[in-house]
Amino acid sequence: MPEPLLSVTDLTVVYDTARGPVTAVDHVELIVEKGQFTAVVGESGCGKSTLMFAVAQLLNPPARIAGGTVRFRGENLVTLGERELNALRWRDYSVVLQSAMNALNPVATLAAQYKDAMAAHGTHTNEEIRARSSEVLDLVGIDPVHLHSYPHQLSGGMRQRAMIAMALLLTPDLVIMDEPTSALDVVAQRSLMVQIKELQQLLGFAVVFVTHDMSLVSHFSDQLLVMYAGQVVEQGPTRTVFDHPSHPYSRGLLEAFPSIRGPRVPLHGIPGSPPDLAAPPAGCRFTPRCPLVHERCHVSEPALYEVGAARSRCLLHLTEAAS
Amino acid sequence: MSPLLETIGLTRHFKVGTGLTRSVLHAVDDVDLAIGEREIVALVGESGSGKSTLARLVAQVHKPTRGEIRYQGQPLTAHRGRRAKLAYRGDVPMVFQDPFASLNPAYRVSHGILRGLKLHRPELSGAERQAEAERVVEAVGLTPAAEVLSRFPYELSGGQRQRIGFAQALAHRPKLILADEPVSMLDVSIRIGLLNVMADLRETEGVSILYITHDIAGARYLSDRIAVMYGGHVVETGPTEDVLAHPRHPYTELLLSAVPDPRAPLDVDAAAAKTDPPVVIDPTPSCRFRTRCPLAVDRCHHVTPRLHPVAQGHTAACHVTAPPEGAQ
Repeated sequence: MPEPLLSVTDLTVVYDTARGPVTAVDHVELIVEKGQFTAVVGESGCGKSTLMFAVAQLLNPPARIAGGTVRFRGENLVTLGERELNALRWRDYSVVLQSAMNALNPVATLAAQYKDAMAAHGTHTNEEIRARSSEVLDLVGIDPVHLHSYPHQLSGGMRQRAMIAMALLLTPDLVIMDEPTSALDVVAQRSLMVQIKELQQLLGFAVVFVTHDMSLVSHFSDQLLVMYAGQVVEQGPTRTVFDHPSHPYSRGLLEAFPSIRGPRVPLHGIPGSPPDLAAPPAGCRFTPRCPLVHERCHVSEPALYEVGAARSRCLLHLTEAAS
Repeated sequence: MSPLLETIGLTRHFKVGTGLTRSVLHAVDDVDLAIGEREIVALVGESGSGKSTLARLVAQVHKPTRGEIRYQGQPLTAHRGRRAKLAYRGDVPMVFQDPFASLNPAYRVSHGILRGLKLHRPELSGAERQAEAERVVEAVGLTPAAEVLSRFPYELSGGQRQRIGFAQALAHRPKLILADEPVSMLDVSIRIGLLNVMADLRETEGVSILYITHDIAGARYLSDRIAVMYGGHVVETGPTEDVLAHPRHPYTELLLSAVPDPRAPLDVDAAAAKTDPPVVIDPTPSCRFRTRCPLAVDRCHHVTPRLHPVAQGHTAACHVTAPPEGAQ
């Protein structure tokens, strides 16, 4: 069997704080096949962005990778040096950040920024750079005349598209997207999602998409990872998780947003807030907020148990597996 | 009976550019909107549709270019003198979008609430103020109140901070809270808690709420009536369930189709909608949605549609789907 495009094993990220080390990403496993769309969902502070930064080797102190491997196309990114990483970055994997407003350089035109990225990865001539820049802008549905625009001259949706175009400049195999749509309104968000999916099918790159809005990715992703307090609590094919969520947290997330169809029913969301990662609760970390909490949840820490096609970190499924 | 607050032909233009490029941006044009006692009205629209400008006009941050705002039957322009203006500001407070920017990080949570109390309810003694501050903090679901009041904003999560925003507004014993996208910066999983707080405040404190949002599903969850804005115009308004079950304006339909709904199959056609912003700088008479509208006819390019009734209490501004009676 060929090796997957990206395989993350036992990845642990620690923030060194004055109060001692805080584990933000705790033994996470993730496999992304070529051309697959993977969504990572969870609340603020669950470690989803830290996980992506760790995969892309973009962590800065006080964060550090305390263990585990990130194998990308057969190489362990964790042990690579800065020079080797620089060769891979943007050419083989690229990152689209949450706020394009901050990620783009406000005092340079799009053309200048695209040129920077391309020049750093080879000896392209001006003609090549110009042709490729127009081509990628065209791909995301922006008129190439905007190559000479500054970021402030574009609308929020266009800036996000320009970021995605930039991420595609060197036809990477993997694009990591950290909440690229969260600053947009619903109509712009929907059209951007459809466009990402179309580009992905057209060009065949894999996407890892981080979001707190589970409903957003329901129609777009192949694989879903639900994170809570630094751990993966549920993982499986997107449709399976949506139709039969097996972890109480995924169920809570799914029931947290109102629908525009069907009867109006009172919703309660998930009470409480995520635990302090410096002192996580004993046993299952979801215990304080879980509607199905049981005595043994306070003592034994659940592992990921197989539940059909998915895997779930809940003791409920331990009994099922045993019986 | 007159509504609690009413806007009549409310218009706000901004001058943009200088010299030869001087032009006029029509942020809010001819808006008639009424909010009753204990009513929650949702104002829905995309970024730049003028919904926040409308809230700022009502909050008297901007002065209207034309039109008037009537509060309890009286035009606001009749409010002369500091005392009357202060009373209005206490009655109609605003809650802002960004809970990280709207609380002063240098002061404890109690600071903002106590200051509001001192200003708007000077008859209270110090001890009464403290008791009242604890009451409003509990009303928004934060306990233990005394401890929450003594914290600094950085010690609170986004959802907790936004609740403090509502507690500050409540301290004035308001009649109408202007909530400008209060949940859009929060995680999806805690939004619903805040929507429930708003619904409870209507029940327990008897306030009306103008809920500004681009999330039409949240608007449906909370509101009695809905007004959809596009390019500075209100394009459709009516009872929430009625408007969402039988949308008459193509923009309302577009908004509805853009809501991600894992329970429904993906509607790819709707997603193909273009996203060019409407022309609101020196607009000519026309429908502002025409450039994105699948139904646009010739008339849309040179006549501005007016709101016409399409059902009980439900009006829409569209030449095609809501023509004035008699004209076909």
